[in-house]
Amino acid sequence: MLWRIFASVTFGKLLFIPSYRSTDFEVHRNWLAITHSLPLNKWYIDDTSQWTLDYPPLFAWFEYILSWGALLFDPEMLKVNNLNYASQNTILFQRISVILTDIVYALGVQKCLYSFGNNQGGKVQKDAEKWFSSSTILAFLLLCNVGLFMVDHIHFQYNGFLTGILLLSVGSILQKENLKAAFWFSILLNLKHIYLYIAPVYAVYLLRSYCFDIQKSKMTFHFKRLIKLGVIVVTTFGFTYGPFVSQLQQVLSRLFPFENRGLCHAYWAPNFWALYNIVDKILAFLGHKLGWIDPLSKVTASMTGGLVQEFEHAILPSIGPKTTLVFTILAILPAVVILLKQPNQPRVFIRAIVLCAFASFLFGWHVHEKAILIVITPLTLLAVSSQEDCRLFMLLSITGHVSLFPLLFTPFENVLKIVVVLTYSLASYSFLSALHYDPKSKGTLLKFRSWERFFLYGLGFVALFESCIHSMVDPSGRLPFLPLMIMSVYCAVGIIYVWFSFVIGSLKTEKKISKQK
Amino acid sequence: MEVPYKLEVIALTTIIIKLGVSVFPYSGKNQPPKFGDYEAQRHWMEITVNLPIQDWYRNTTDNDLLYWGLDYPPLTAYQSYLTGSVAKKINQDYVKLHVSQGFENFDHQYFMRMSVLVSDCIFFVSALYFYIRSLKMSNKYKWVFFALSSHSGLTLIDYGHFQYNCVSLGLTLWAIIFVSQGKNVLAAIAFSAALNFKQMELYHAILLFAGFYLLASCQPKGSSLPSQLKNLVQIGAATVATFAIIWYPFLQIHDWLLQQVIVRLFIPFQRGIFEDYVANFWCTLNVVIKIKRLLNPTSIASGTIT
Repeated sequence: MLWRIFASVTFGKLLFIPSYRSTDFEVHRNWLAITHSLPLNKWYIDDTSQWTLDYPPLFAWFEYILSWGALLFDPEMLKVNNLNYASQNTILFQRISVILTDIVYALGVQKCLYSFGNNQGGKVQKDAEKWFSSSTILAFLLLCNVGLFMVDHIHFQYNGFLTGILLLSVGSILQKENLKAAFWFSILLNLKHIYLYIAPVYAVYLLRSYCFDIQKSKMTFHFKRLIKLGVIVVTTFGFTYGPFVSQLQQVLSRLFPFENRGLCHAYWAPNFWALYNIVDKILAFLGHKLGWIDPLSKVTASMTGGLVQEFEHAILPSIGPKTTLVFTILAILPAVVILLKQPNQPRVFIRAIVLCAFASFLFGWHVHEKAILIVITPLTLLAVSSQEDCRLFMLLSITGHVSLFPLLFTPFENVLKIVVVLTYSLASYSFLSALHYDPKSKGTLLKFRSWERFFLYGLGFVALFESCIHSMVDPSGRLPFLPLMIMSVYCAVGIIYVWFSFVIGSLKTEKKISKQK
Repeated sequence: MEVPYKLEVIALTTIIIKLGVSVFPYSGKNQPPKFGDYEAQRHWMEITVNLPIQDWYRNTTDNDLLYWGLDYPPLTAYQSYLTGSVAKKINQDYVKLHVSQGFENFDHQYFMRMSVLVSDCIFFVSALYFYIRSLKMSNKYKWVFFALSSHSGLTLIDYGHFQYNCVSLGLTLWAIIFVSQGKNVLAAIAFSAALNFKQMELYHAILLFAGFYLLASCQPKGSSLPSQLKNLVQIGAATVATFAIIWYPFLQIHDWLLQQVIVRLFIPFQRGIFEDYVANFWCTLNVVIKIKRLLNPTSIASGTIT
């Protein structure tokens, strides 16, 4: 069933080869060019193009391998000086590379399915073949995830491939293959360092559940296991960074460009700092209007200015990278708590990943809105087994996917994004309602709380405003950031609500279990 | 465990596929001087928006019938006029007389594709949705029929090659829905409209009208002759009225105008028994017996009718 779904979705993806590509397309073409045409020691130094290599070396190797395929399609794309080169064959090659690497994603999904369907190996196999079972629905929700579709196959990135490796790692934990999990996660960290966001979860879980062992209230520490983990991590990192040992400083400065980035991206990711920004702007605006602030002071009251790099706040205290780190660490604490208190339970591990990803998204420095996908994917795994998590998944996936709307703004994609998000949301709602159907209760549909329903109606309006209404009402573009700001702030409210509910839910179950002990 | 909203999800999925086809090139893209069906449709918008109605089907200095002259019945012309008026509001260059010939541009493609999507949703998708919902069969497989009916052929021709078959097919489907609901008059109006959009619906006409007349005479069972006659008259009147309203502008001017329009509609008879490649009997027969060489067009035409 999984492969049938994958095949169908792949055909669908082929249809969108000619659609809009963002600058990320040129970014990856450039990386194909520099890894293929330049020697190793120039990879992290070359800056012919403004899109310099800022992913870890393993991804550079990945691009290098791809570049040999590129030769068959159009060797011209591999010339470093061919900036913004986009011939038909280049587009075809790059799009197909994303579509094909999604096979890794399918393999990751498959690994997770084995453990999630019904907890017994044999039964899961049979279930997975049925049209309608929790395995099939999970496969559908993951493989047809509309956020991945919009970001990977239109905007252009390789998140499917990376998420596949994440799922291979998570799947290994689910099957209690802890060493394999550590291996896959190290690979993942060496492909894209954004996954550092969830590294604490791995560290705590592996130390607590794998290295420490509690049997009959006797705790043993398995030093050998710690060594094994260490070997895996050190070998993968060594293999990746080994060739670049002499340029380590340069590589790290490319990976972590703290100096040039502000608190928020140009389009504020819908996180806590977006709310902080808007409160600051409102206070400044009111301050001016009500005369609290001296008009000659430098406090900016404009609602549209300064949206690119938020360095300083007008009224509220300015936020620096260290502050965000403190907030993030505080927000990760619930994850650490549940991991320590309920060791060796893969489901708790997944909850911890969701909590950790949430924390990093909500309080991190210069977060991209695409990072919401790292929260949505593990939550999908929980959605098929618990009604409460299912409701939160629905809220998060709808809000998260709508928050990605500003990425696709060209005419066709404007219509497409509404249709695909609507379809995916309706299909998920449909399938999950039927899955969690309780014959004793009257309705067959998943029930939202009334305020959640109102939020969703409002979200629909915000989505329409961003895609069509704003351009009709303000064709001259006097307030170009207004829809983005509204979208950011509105979605931030929703996402924080889901986070809060999820934290409370996770701590409640933890309390229940510890009470039982 | 009944999955709700199956039909709606499938309907939306077919729209996604249609949008996917839309981003690809259309018939005749970048191929001057004649281009293709896309240019034909754009040209009709140009003609109907800029010229008076009596010139739409006539060969004049402004309207060269050899360059994609109108050869569909008036309802297509009215639809072109409506779409063309919207086009004019968006960007005058889309339909400027003479100047806009061969106009090709990304925004224009977006506009044309959206016009197909809107027409499709209003006429075809809606008809299919209501028809399948009304079927007395298990909900389990309704979505399969919906998916099959939104078949790739129609999608490729309408959203790829570029045509508006969805309108005439949709109207025919509505006629069928009305017949199944016993609303014969509405069915007659719907089908007459379909026929007046594309004369290709003549293929369906025989069955529908024969079905109509039979239905009208036999139904309801055991009813008296006067009420059966009443049914027949109602259907007939509805059909004639629909035709009259659509053809009104062409009837009132001159006799020759009506004749001219009909000649344009059945121009294929001058083109020959088959055109290009078509998977039918005559084309296949032509491989062994060269029909086109043996007989002249008019005798073939009369031969095929009889």
